[in-house]
Amino acid sequence: MKELWEFTKLIRSKNAGPFELTFDIMFKDADCFDQVMKSGKLSAEAIAELYKIELGQVQFFAIKQLLTVKISIPRRVFSGDVQDTDVYGGQFHGPLVRMAVESS
Amino acid sequence: MIPSARTRQMESGAILKQKLKALAATGNLSTGFQEESLVRAVQEGANFVGCDAGTTDSGPYYLGSGNPRGPREGTKRNLRIMLREALRAGIPVIVGSAGHAGGRPHLEWTVEIVKELARENQWRFKLAAIDSEINKEDLLHAFRRGELTPLRPAPDLNEGTLQRAERFVAMMGIEPIQAALKAGAQVVIAGRCSDVAIYAALPVLKGIPRHVAFHAGKILECGAATVAQRLYADCMAAELDQEGFTVEPPNPALRCTPQSVAAHTLYENADPYYLVESGGALDTTAAQYEAISDRAVRVSGSRFVASEKYTVRIEGAALAGYRSIVVAGIRDPLILRQLDEFLRSLRTVVERKIEDSLKLPGDAYTLSFRVYGRNGSLGHLEPVSGFEGHEVGLIIDVVASSQSMAADILPLVWHTGLHHPIPEQEGLISNFAFPFSPPGIDVGPVYQFCVNHVWQLNNPCEPFRTTIEDL
Repeated sequence: MKELWEFTKLIRSKNAGPFELTFDIMFKDADCFDQVMKSGKLSAEAIAELYKIELGQVQFFAIKQLLTVKISIPRRVFSGDVQDTDVYGGQFHGPLVRMAVESS
Repeated sequence: MIPSARTRQMESGAILKQKLKALAATGNLSTGFQEESLVRAVQEGANFVGCDAGTTDSGPYYLGSGNPRGPREGTKRNLRIMLREALRAGIPVIVGSAGHAGGRPHLEWTVEIVKELARENQWRFKLAAIDSEINKEDLLHAFRRGELTPLRPAPDLNEGTLQRAERFVAMMGIEPIQAALKAGAQVVIAGRCSDVAIYAALPVLKGIPRHVAFHAGKILECGAATVAQRLYADCMAAELDQEGFTVEPPNPALRCTPQSVAAHTLYENADPYYLVESGGALDTTAAQYEAISDRAVRVSGSRFVASEKYTVRIEGAALAGYRSIVVAGIRDPLILRQLDEFLRSLRTVVERKIEDSLKLPGDAYTLSFRVYGRNGSLGHLEPVSGFEGHEVGLIIDVVASSQSMAADILPLVWHTGLHHPIPEQEGLISNFAFPFSPPGIDVGPVYQFCVNHVWQLNNPCEPFRTTIEDL
């Protein structure tokens, strides 16, 4: 069992405007991209569960050409609102970094 | 002072030459760039210098308060170099989202710096200032006429929220900038502005196709953030033609790769293939990124899909209250092992005290315990339950309708918490390690973004007011 970060060269989250969050996951090479995609661990369903939102609200793009997975979700608390914890949205990717992925 | 070489670049017709070179000074005007990179890029034939000065990334405070993010001296230093080089070469300077939020006070702050520089250096040029702040009455009319459409997700919008808001701006597209350039402005300072429009306005005016100009704009808007390894904030340049563009950092120490450039198309954008702008969307589904050298990348193959209606995005900020906070450490393992229960029972006691002594019900203020070391960063989205560690950082966060009310509530919370009992300890205990005396900090007003809507316009320049002056 390996963790997601061992397959990637970048995992980040960021605001896409004050009302949405976007995650960019860039893989080291095609093999890493394929292994993670094949494992099924990184999916729209997994994101919906992890970030407690409806599946229909998850935009999930697997971009083989760029060896990248891009995911966007609405913010439940808008950037800078009284209860917000992360104005730039730069740390929401934290739980993805050590996500367990079966390595083949 | 400066010989008017402007005519060389500005008045030579619809297509001035086969290629047009756009230079981004940096990703944000306040962060700076390497002076030699900018000087070299202008000398090598840049046709204009652009710079983005704002974003909503830092939250609603700047739009709400009218304060710029500054720093003034740094902003002035960067503008001085950009203006000096551009005036010497006779090319335009275009700054978008002035003063961070692009409201009227932000625009005035930036324009004042530009005028100060002109005075100090005896520079002569035509200055255009484009005001993008929207008066409340105008937006209310637009709302009543049904011209505002929510994006998703959007806060609920009604006349009450519009009335309560502090400030609104509309995000301009390329047209108001083009109008200023056509009027002969050499320096354009724009209020809230699409990042892409800063870089697409002049190329489109000169006959570069929109799909090329908008895609180049998206790549240039963060300056040197597009490089493979960003060592520091710096310039970025792109040469645009009828078919595509070549992006290459002016600083020889930096390099772009096809992946670094393609990856930047994704940055801060919810959809990797579709970038919605005023007037249409850039579709990069079929875009190709090809290495021209070990530092330069050729980009082609994107499409521009014109929209049926012309819309601009509206941003607004409303006052949510005033904040006072306390920072404290908790190190006692007996408290840490029952931290949730400790904070829950503390809240109950505190709410009663606030009601008794200040006559304030629980809904008159917001009290948050932000626990760093547990879920301070993610809040309710933190999937790790339980707690491991030997200490936490606690921020007691009070937001109330006035600063004095927040400041009155805060000591009741921290002083009660300081001595709040736990079953394992007898006698008076002191639970919080305060790093500061006094422990409390008045943070000031708290704002929130209150609109995420687009406004349908008949004329792309309609809500923007441009002032042109000869300096």
